[in-house]
Amino acid sequence: MTVVGEQLQPSLFERSRPGRGGDKIPHPPKDALDRIPADARRATPPALPELNEPEVVRHYVNLSQLNYSIDTGFYPLGSCTMKFNPKLNEWAARLPGFASLHPLAPDEVAQGTLQLLFELEEWLAEISGMTAVTLQPAAGAQGELTGILMIRAYHRSRGDTERDEVLVPDSSHGTNPATASMAGFRTITIPSADGGVDNEAFKAALGPRTAAVMITNPSTLGLFEPRIGLLLEEVHAAGALAYMDGANLNAILGRFKPGEAGFDVMHFNVHKTFSTPHGGGGPGAGPVGVREALLPFLPSPRVLRSDDGSFRLERAGERPESIGRLRSFVGNTGVLVRAYAYLRAHGGTGLRQVSDDAVLAANYLRKRVGEAYDIPFDRVCKHEFVASAAGIKKRTGVRTLDIAKRLIDYGYHPPTIYFPLTVEEGMLIEPTETESVETLDAFADALIAIARECETDPELVKGAPHDAPVGRLDEATAARQPNLRWRPMAGAEMPCPD
Amino acid sequence: MVPSDLRYTKDHEWVRVDGDEATVGITEYAASQLGDIVFVELPDTGRSVAQFAAFGVVESVKAVSDLFAPLSGEVTAANAALAGSPELVNGDPYGEGWMVRLRLAAPDEVEDLLDQAAYDALIAAG
Amino acid sequence: MPYGPHTAGDRERMLAALGIDSVDALFADIPESLRASRLDLPGPEPELELAARLQGLAGRNRTDLASFLGAGVYRHWTPPNVDQLLLRGEWYTAYTPYQPEISQGTLQSIYEYESLLAELVDLDVVSASHYDGAAATAEAGLMTCRATHRDRVLVSKAVHPHYRQALLAYFGHGLELDDIPLVADGDAAGTTDLAALERLLADGERPVAGVIAGQPNFFGLLEPMAEIGRLAHAAGALFVSVIEPVSLAVLAPPGAYGADIAAGEGQPLGIAPQYGGPYLGILASTDALVRQIPGRLVGMTTDVKGRRAYVMTMRAREQDIRRDKAASNICTNQALLALAASIYLATIGPHGLRDVAAQGAARAGRLETALAAVGAARVHPGPYLNEFAVRVPDARTVHRRLIERGVLAGLVLGDIIPDEPSLADALLVCATEVTTDAEIAQFASALATELAGSAMAAGGPATTSASVTVEAAR
Repeated sequence: MTVVGEQLQPSLFERSRPGRGGDKIPHPPKDALDRIPADARRATPPALPELNEPEVVRHYVNLSQLNYSIDTGFYPLGSCTMKFNPKLNEWAARLPGFASLHPLAPDEVAQGTLQLLFELEEWLAEISGMTAVTLQPAAGAQGELTGILMIRAYHRSRGDTERDEVLVPDSSHGTNPATASMAGFRTITIPSADGGVDNEAFKAALGPRTAAVMITNPSTLGLFEPRIGLLLEEVHAAGALAYMDGANLNAILGRFKPGEAGFDVMHFNVHKTFSTPHGGGGPGAGPVGVREALLPFLPSPRVLRSDDGSFRLERAGERPESIGRLRSFVGNTGVLVRAYAYLRAHGGTGLRQVSDDAVLAANYLRKRVGEAYDIPFDRVCKHEFVASAAGIKKRTGVRTLDIAKRLIDYGYHPPTIYFPLTVEEGMLIEPTETESVETLDAFADALIAIARECETDPELVKGAPHDAPVGRLDEATAARQPNLRWRPMAGAEMPCPD
Repeated sequence: MVPSDLRYTKDHEWVRVDGDEATVGITEYAASQLGDIVFVELPDTGRSVAQFAAFGVVESVKAVSDLFAPLSGEVTAANAALAGSPELVNGDPYGEGWMVRLRLAAPDEVEDLLDQAAYDALIAAG
Repeated sequence: MPYGPHTAGDRERMLAALGIDSVDALFADIPESLRASRLDLPGPEPELELAARLQGLAGRNRTDLASFLGAGVYRHWTPPNVDQLLLRGEWYTAYTPYQPEISQGTLQSIYEYESLLAELVDLDVVSASHYDGAAATAEAGLMTCRATHRDRVLVSKAVHPHYRQALLAYFGHGLELDDIPLVADGDAAGTTDLAALERLLADGERPVAGVIAGQPNFFGLLEPMAEIGRLAHAAGALFVSVIEPVSLAVLAPPGAYGADIAAGEGQPLGIAPQYGGPYLGILASTDALVRQIPGRLVGMTTDVKGRRAYVMTMRAREQDIRRDKAASNICTNQALLALAASIYLATIGPHGLRDVAAQGAARAGRLETALAAVGAARVHPGPYLNEFAVRVPDARTVHRRLIERGVLAGLVLGDIIPDEPSLADALLVCATEVTTDAEIAQFASALATELAGSAMAAGGPATTSASVTVEAAR
């Protein structure tokens, strides 16, 4: 039923020919497995593909060329901070001293990495105004879970066991309510008002059952929460703790320290703020900073400096109130090496400049895009802003989805669309500080040209993309009758282009 | 226009009452708002549901919505055809796309539901 | 700015377009009382100096040791094409394939990852992907609770201690986690106690959602997986197998012994140890559990012209759509590591993978002989693949001294499992295809010297000599 298009690639399984492949490993002795009981042995070998190395290389190089990436073009995906990923960082993470170090290597063997991690914790604490930082969480979402579990442990340690609710604004990332549920809390959604948290609704929801409030600041609309001081006072007056989703930290480096302002805990997304690669979906790392009150509950092990200046990991059971561990070993160290290199390359002054430039670029682009699109919150934004095609849709029937797909024909990755859920036909646009003003102008010109096409030739936009490797996909069938793995028997029916 | 012999919830479920039995589904408006429906999660038979409480979930490609019971009762049947063909909800929401049958616990609750005119007005108000 | 493009003129132009003279105006919305204190951090570091700093730090780690340390993370030969392909910017500087039309590379590679791993574990559905083996195991435990509407999970004490700790952290609310004890002595010592499992499953008041056991287990031993699965299923529970992927080239896969879910650490598939991550959490299940498996799924479909294409599917299960009702909060995953695993498997092939597993077993056999010859006998008698525990008096001290002799003598079991007296004087050691005869000889010889030294210090006779050891290792 399916054919392979010109630019598409046959699967690894179609490329396979029995008997192909190179000897990478010396053949083991014949009796190597004799001591394994027969019933524990695999009866039939796994039907993995057989390819020689040149075929493998071609497969993956050709596949890579079907991807859009930061290295190929402008990627203004709001809320994701798609900034340049420095090549020095890739080089550093691959230094054999870092890359081949075993995570259970004794402290005396791991002094270089332990020092790096210790310093990174100090840098992140200074940037966030927090007292201490754990580097263990593997990603922002795991950082959120770490933070919420610490908050739960904090309340329990005080005998305050009635708090079973977490307040989350309606514009939040989905990970916030999902995290609250995972930690056993009920999510109370707070409506927005004029781009911020609705303070009346917020106060009404806050009470003796509130364990925590999770706030993204700047918000997912790219707006600094103007009432944040008041909100934090109210949270603490109610005996709850304040969690900051640090996804949008790129806007406020050197301008706002969440810990100083009164947040009790926050996570960092190093793949957003500190340039570690997004990797097609991951890996990330989600360090978490806390203020004094939550120190006892930090996950273990922490990285410590001894009196003699050497570094060590905390031993099992050394801090009995710890929430324990959410993953194996110390953290995604390979990612953290990259973040460390980024921080050192910028220094304190450079980091502040990062946010200044990111915010300047976003405001400049907001002004330009506003020439042809609705800007629901047309005031100073931070590192990103929301535009809307609601007016265009009303006039022409062309939706934001269509405009996003048409941007692909113009050579751009579309912005985040239909998020936050609170804006009709929304596009969340985040240019980052590493894009030149020429790029920003060219992107704005493209959006403006598309807005014109919506009036003159709406079908052209609705049928986009026209120049991508594939057209729009049948997502309904994909979900109704999921085909989630290659079935070798299907191979015979598939025409193979080579 | 929506069928006149049905009653509706504000959450876009319909119910067809027949004595102490009732059939429940979602309206054409709801199905079109959700888009291509790809999965319907329904309760086991024998389960009791309370009026306006969630009894299942409907998923489209990029959205998900709880299903709320228009009336209280015990589930006597769930539409097994939706497991293999969730698109029936889009194609025939008031017929083959039905979701559950209930044996009603409190038939008077039907007074709490919208009639055709009220539901039309609800949709028109957007 | 090390990477920024803006000249002073560019900034002025943008400010002018906004009608302001200073970027400070764009931060005026931060209340004055909440503005940050100065960032008390060093200044920027030019690339040359920073590179030297990084090299200096990396150089302070000792990676020159002959290492026998495994315990969940294994050294393997990774063909260089894996990393060279990974370094293409089209892979690592892309993000989640939200726009499938310009992400077919990532999407096809994930679909192929799902397919490759499905073959390896012999199950239908593979999630792409989870943070690491511990997080994947924790998610597997939660899956069994959702699927069975029960709230108690049993986990073998021979599952990796970090995985058990992660389970505990994820299970903090209303879910129960009980340990399955291990057989204390005899042929099956160190493996899951089937009689104890049966007793735990028999508690009618507290029905069990899932049973979790590892193959090979943390001590490198082979578990009676089919038996464990039978007992779990008889009690209406699901069976979760914690796997090591390379071993599946030669060991029976989870699908073959009735596991409903497989979880495990994908690091051995072409991923460097890098002191803890990023790794690859493998999570796979039967078709019956497809609605319960958290994380991204990519499916094959067609585009408007009927061409084969790939897309993220069953999205409405995920946190960005289902929010507080999502199965998991996972968002960022380990796509780049899944790609590394796929390239590794494609390059090494089915025969190569078998060679890797069998070669590790062969080297481990030689290691066992060499260590036994110097007096370090195995702790458990049962069969193992490429990792095993040995009894060494005063293990912690000996382990430290061996580092001075250039040997990383595996893991001091008492450090990671402090509450188990029977493991107080034991080392967990492993060998893989990269372990050389010279390294084995060096380990045995150094251990012999240490043991002789401590024996003499204790006034006893030295029982072995270095020359014997070297002979045994050949």
